[in-house]
Amino acid sequence: MSAYSVTEPSKASKWGAGILVTLYTIITLLPLVWIISTSFKTGPDSISYPPKVFFDPTVEGYVNLFTTRTRPAVSELETLPPPDGIMEEIARRQGTIITGPSRFGERFLNSVIIGFGSTALSIILGTLAAYAFSRFKVPLKDDLLFFILSTRMMPPIAVAIPIYLMYRELGLSDTHLGMILLYTGVNISLAVWLLKGFIDEIPREYEEAALIDGYTRFQAFRKVVLPQAATGIASTAIFCLIFAWNEYAFAVLLTSGNAQTAPPFIPTIIGVGGQDWPAVAAGATLFLLPVMIFTILLRKHLLRGITFGAVRK
Amino acid sequence: MANPIDLAAQATPPTLARKVRGLSDRAIAWIFVAPTIFLLLAINIFPLIWTIRLSFTNYAANKPNAEVKWVGLRNYERILTDEDIWSNMTTTAHFLIWTLFFQVVIGFTLAWLINRKFKGNDLLTTLIVVPMMLSPAVVGNFWTFLYQPQIGMVNYIVEFFTGIPAASFSMLGPGGLAPWSIIIVDTWMWTPFVMLICLAGLRSIPDYIYEAAEVDRASKWRQFWTITVPMVLPFLMLAVLFRGIENFKMFDMVNLLTGGGPGDETLLTSIDLKREAFEKWRTGYSSAYAIILFVTVFGLASIYVKALNKVKER
Repeated sequence: MSAYSVTEPSKASKWGAGILVTLYTIITLLPLVWIISTSFKTGPDSISYPPKVFFDPTVEGYVNLFTTRTRPAVSELETLPPPDGIMEEIARRQGTIITGPSRFGERFLNSVIIGFGSTALSIILGTLAAYAFSRFKVPLKDDLLFFILSTRMMPPIAVAIPIYLMYRELGLSDTHLGMILLYTGVNISLAVWLLKGFIDEIPREYEEAALIDGYTRFQAFRKVVLPQAATGIASTAIFCLIFAWNEYAFAVLLTSGNAQTAPPFIPTIIGVGGQDWPAVAAGATLFLLPVMIFTILLRKHLLRGITFGAVRK
Repeated sequence: MANPIDLAAQATPPTLARKVRGLSDRAIAWIFVAPTIFLLLAINIFPLIWTIRLSFTNYAANKPNAEVKWVGLRNYERILTDEDIWSNMTTTAHFLIWTLFFQVVIGFTLAWLINRKFKGNDLLTTLIVVPMMLSPAVVGNFWTFLYQPQIGMVNYIVEFFTGIPAASFSMLGPGGLAPWSIIIVDTWMWTPFVMLICLAGLRSIPDYIYEAAEVDRASKWRQFWTITVPMVLPFLMLAVLFRGIENFKMFDMVNLLTGGGPGDETLLTSIDLKREAFEKWRTGYSSAYAIILFVTVFGLASIYVKALNKVKER
C-alpha cells in the first residue's frame, strides 16, 4: 500500500460508510431472522402483540410441518394411552394427536429431484454446447443471447399456456420428467452463455498442445478443458439449481398431486384451527437455508450469473 | 475411467474405430450443439409459435373437444379496447417505476458506500445479497405474516417509531397501502442486485482518473458528477434493464402477497393473465394477451438497449 493516495477514502468517511452499511444489513436481514425465529415459536407466541423477541424455543413448528394432526375433545384426549415418542408428545402438548405424515417431505423431495435433475441435464448439455460455441464456427452462435433475453421476456404464464397443452398431449403433466425438461429448457440458454464465457477464458493453446500430443478432440475436451472449467461449471450449476429450486409459476400451474415442488406447497400449509405460522416458518426456513448457504459459496461468481455474463468482474 | 467413445473405438473394427475417434471438428460441433438446439426449439420456440396460433382462435383449454373457431384479430381488438386491461397496465407501470426508482437510489448509494472499502465490506456485501437469491413465492408468503393487520411486525414497527396506532391501518387490506406494500417487498428483495452491478461499475473506474482530477483541483462534488456518475451509468442502465424486464412480468411474489387484491389494486398484468388463462380458461384470448405483453416488453427493451448502447459509446 502506498503511504498516501488521493483515491484512498479518509478514515472518517470509511467509518461513516461502514456504520450506514451495517445498519442497512441489519434492517434487511431482520425479516429473515424473523422467519427463522418464528419457526421456533409456539402458535400463540407467533401471533402475540407486541411481537415476542424473547420466547421459549420449541420445535412444535417443525413437528407440525411434517405431520397431520386432529384435535380430539379434551375428555377423549385424557383417555388416550401416554404418548410414544417425542413427536407425539409435542403434538399432545398442543392438545392434538398425530394422524399421519404431512406432504411436506414428499414436496421437498420433489424439489430435490427436479432441482438436481434439471441442473445435471442443463450442465451436461450446456457444457457440450458451450464448448462448441466457444471453439467452433457454429450457426446460431450470435442468436444465443437473443434466445436468453427473449425467453426471459415472456411472462412465465404466457409460456405456461402452450406448455400446459403440450404436456397434456404428451402425458408429461405433473411428472418429474416434464418438470425437469421444462426447467432445463428455461435454464439451458443461461447455462450455455455462462459456460461459454468460462470456456472462452481457457487458452486454446492448452488443447492445441494436447492435440499435437496425439489426443483426439474428445480426449482434449475431457482431459484438458473440463478440469480447467470446473469452477465455472460448479457456479453455473448452482445458478441452475437455485432457479429450479425457487421457481413457482410453472410449478403451481403444471403440477398438482404427484410432482409438486415445495414453493407452491408451503403457502398452503394450514394448521388445526387457523393458519399455523410456526409450521409455515419452519417450512420456509428448511427451504431457504440451502440457498443462503449456496449464496455464500457462490459470492465470487454471483455477479456474472445474475447478469447473464454481461458483467464479469 | 474409460470414456465411452474410447470404449466404442476399442470394440469396433479398425476402420470404423478411426471414424469414431477422428470425427471432424464440424461433426463434433454438431453433436455437441444438437441436443441444446432441440431443447430450445421444443421448450422455447415451438410454444411461442403455438401461442401465436392460439391467439387467433377462441380455443378453451378446459373444453378440448369443443369446436375451435378462427376469430382473426378479434382477441387483440378486445384486449386493446378493454379499459380494465389499461388499468392493469397502469398498475404494472406504477409498480415498475417506483421499484426501479427505489432500487436505483438505494442500490447506488449502498454501492457507493461499500466502495469506501471499509473493513468487513466483503462480509456485509455477501449478507446483503441473500434476499435476492431466495424463492420469491416463499418470501411473498412470509411477508403476508409480517404484514398481518393489527398484530403484524410491520404494523408494530410503524407504531413504535411514528405513534400511528397499529390497528388503524392494514398493509395488504383496503386503504390504498397494498400497491406500496408490494413495492417495499420487491425493493427489499432486489436492491442488492442493483447494488452489485453498481459496485462492479464503481470498481471498473481506474484510480488514475481521480488522481488526474485531483491534480486539476476538481472538487470531490465535481469529480462525483463528471467521473463517477457517467462511468457507472452504463452499468446502472443494465441493472435497470434486467429489473425492468423482471418486474414487468412479476407474478410469483405478488401473487402470494395479494393475489391482485384488495379489489384490483395490485392486479399486475401477469396476475390478470393467469386469471384469464387458468381460472376463466379463455385460452385463445389469453394467448393474444400474452403476445401483446411480450411485444410490449420486447419493444420497450429494444428501444432501451439502443439508448444503452449510445451511452456506452460516449
